[in-house]
Amino acid sequence: MAKVAVVGAGMTKFVRRAQETGRELSWQAAKMALDSAGLTLKDVDAVVIGSAPDAFDGVHMKGEYLADGSGAWRKPCIRNFVGGATGVFAPIQGWYHIASGQFDTVLVVCEEKMSSCHPHPQGAFITIFDHTTERPLGPNLLWIFALEMNRYMTVHGITKEEIALVAVKNKKNALDHPCAQLGEELTVEDVLNSEVLAWPVNRLDVSPASDGAAAVVMCAEHVAKRVSDKPVWVEGVGWHLDTAYWTNRDLYYPRYVEYAARMAYEMAGIKEPRKEIHIVEPYDPFDYKELHHLEGLLLCERGGAARLTADGVTQRDGDLPVCPSGGLLGVGNPIAAAGLMKVCELFWQLRGEAGKRQVPGTPRRGLAQAWGDLMQVGTVIILGR
Amino acid sequence: MTVKIKEWPGTALSSRDIEEGRVLTVRHKLKAEYAWDAGVAIGRYLRELKNGRLVARRCGGCDRILLPPRMFCEQCFVPTDEWVYVEDTGTVNTFSICYVRWDVARLKEPLLPAVINVDGASPGMGILHLLGEVRPEDVHIGMRVRAVWKSPGEREGAITDIKYWKPVQGG
Amino acid sequence: MREKLTNPEHVRTWPGSIPVEYVYTAGVAGEAYLRAIKERGRLAASACLGCGTKYLPPRLYCERCFEKTGEPRDVEARGTVETFTVAHRDLEGRQLEPPVVYAFVRIDGTAGGLVHRLGEVDPGDVHIGLEVEAVFLPPAQRTGSILDIAHFRPVRHRPAAT
Ligand SMILES: [Zn+2]
Ligand SMILES: [Zn+2]
Repeated sequence: MAKVAVVGAGMTKFVRRAQETGRELSWQAAKMALDSAGLTLKDVDAVVIGSAPDAFDGVHMKGEYLADGSGAWRKPCIRNFVGGATGVFAPIQGWYHIASGQFDTVLVVCEEKMSSCHPHPQGAFITIFDHTTERPLGPNLLWIFALEMNRYMTVHGITKEEIALVAVKNKKNALDHPCAQLGEELTVEDVLNSEVLAWPVNRLDVSPASDGAAAVVMCAEHVAKRVSDKPVWVEGVGWHLDTAYWTNRDLYYPRYVEYAARMAYEMAGIKEPRKEIHIVEPYDPFDYKELHHLEGLLLCERGGAARLTADGVTQRDGDLPVCPSGGLLGVGNPIAAAGLMKVCELFWQLRGEAGKRQVPGTPRRGLAQAWGDLMQVGTVIILGR
Repeated sequence: MTVKIKEWPGTALSSRDIEEGRVLTVRHKLKAEYAWDAGVAIGRYLRELKNGRLVARRCGGCDRILLPPRMFCEQCFVPTDEWVYVEDTGTVNTFSICYVRWDVARLKEPLLPAVINVDGASPGMGILHLLGEVRPEDVHIGMRVRAVWKSPGEREGAITDIKYWKPVQGG
Repeated sequence: MREKLTNPEHVRTWPGSIPVEYVYTAGVAGEAYLRAIKERGRLAASACLGCGTKYLPPRLYCERCFEKTGEPRDVEARGTVETFTVAHRDLEGRQLEPPVVYAFVRIDGTAGGLVHRLGEVDPGDVHIGLEVEAVFLPPAQRTGSILDIAHFRPVRHRPAAT
């Protein structure tokens, strides 16, 4: 398979409300990514756009709307959408655009502007529940997370205190991220004492709604060697989907994440992920999801992620740094852009350019993962130096 | 590269910037009403709910009894074979105690959404519903529950023909 | 076993909606555009610092070369009808009396233009190539919206000097 590199990355600040339109945010991130790679729009052969439901921005055919700000003027362009998993799927799509041999250089841009949606983006979210058998019950999006979190906690005997450590860690990490929306120094008590939304979910267990964009430039090996002295290579990709009959699955374990991870590990030739992955950016829209996903990624045994967190293994200076960026909990959650932000973070970390967030020991290989739809999609990308 | 960047793009606004017109905005209300087809399987499911019964579909390929019912099995990818009535009792697979509405407005009384594994369907075949006649602190995973139906005259062929599920005495 | 619905009473639908309203910010370039309309009764365009393409409505960036554009500047709110349509029904399907003429107006000296209503003209007299100018609402009535332009009307040429 042809080798594919990431050679540039960029992002906007993640904020609750941006003045910029979605296409202006996209341009800001895309321009930064191109500039950082020393490339211009002329060098771009094709564009991949990732953006979650049109109903958030309130723009139908959002891919087309975002295209000019994403550098797709008179170019091949595709927009993908796999719910929250979109932000990691977009660079996977960039990868196969290039690995297929069809394109040499691809600009990958993800954007979300959730502040447009009033009174709350949940008004659009609730349509993911079945219109006939679920919506008449008056659900809200928090239900599925609360139900999954309770199941996960109960099956493994994990406490809310243990889970809150993730929120504390990620929001603290985000203090070092110049684009972060919610970096702060918190205690476990702060999380436990925050407003209960849908037990076991409290307000500080949850990432915010955000506006923002992120972008990366990907290219074929011969281009990467010409334009970059520090390319970061795509070593593995994986994606997987489980049934939308979510009440028919045991929610305690994200099987689809495991299958996506296995696909990526196989491609990367990774036999022992816990030893061979040095830095992880799992999807953390809720604090328990980080634990859930570390288990699905086979980076610890089932039910073992809370222990790892309590022991400090997942701290930025720990043995397996997890969400050194600050994650969705700290940096923010403009859905598709949040997933791609994780890929940007790996790019900067692996090049030793993450500044105050830099993980010690020059990590050689990192993994980013995102997750979405009705708790059913897993997307995984592995980058290495 | 990130270490060299001094200014990151993006202009944060407060809600007051918008409310007080400090920046210009355009408002638009989505004007769309939907009528979603219940379809074949859920159409029958709704009719049986009106009769006070839960109905599932059996797949001959994997021999699972599927609830909610569906006309095809997503595992075997073949049409399902027959209608099977299941019980209106079950076990709480997981639950939440929800204090907010979808727009994050506080509820006076919390709702108790749960996934209920229904007796007679294959293991793990849960449905989303609500719990009632129980104090939130008494709910637990594994709790046995029974459907509380609306009276026949009140039923309209809807998932809400079951008002909620309540604990089975001694369950 | 495949089943077909044969009893029409068995056909069920479930009603619902998506309960959202949108508040769109005008954006960085859009803000300049709407402020020019509201505060000065003018249109604004921005030129690309790289290739010079003059965008109307103004944009923050150039889609062609991806460079930033310069500060938006006011331009004459005059242009040419590039294409038009005559609407006889509104969004709900109700008869419009009189019909409304919508046109894409190419603004002079720019690479852009806008869709707006034509007024002070009989629909039968509208043609592609018609020269038009914007008619703004009185300043006190303007809100910072594209509707601060009441309509575009044909330019009345003064008789040529002899
Ligand atoms: Zn089957
Ligand atoms: Zn230009």
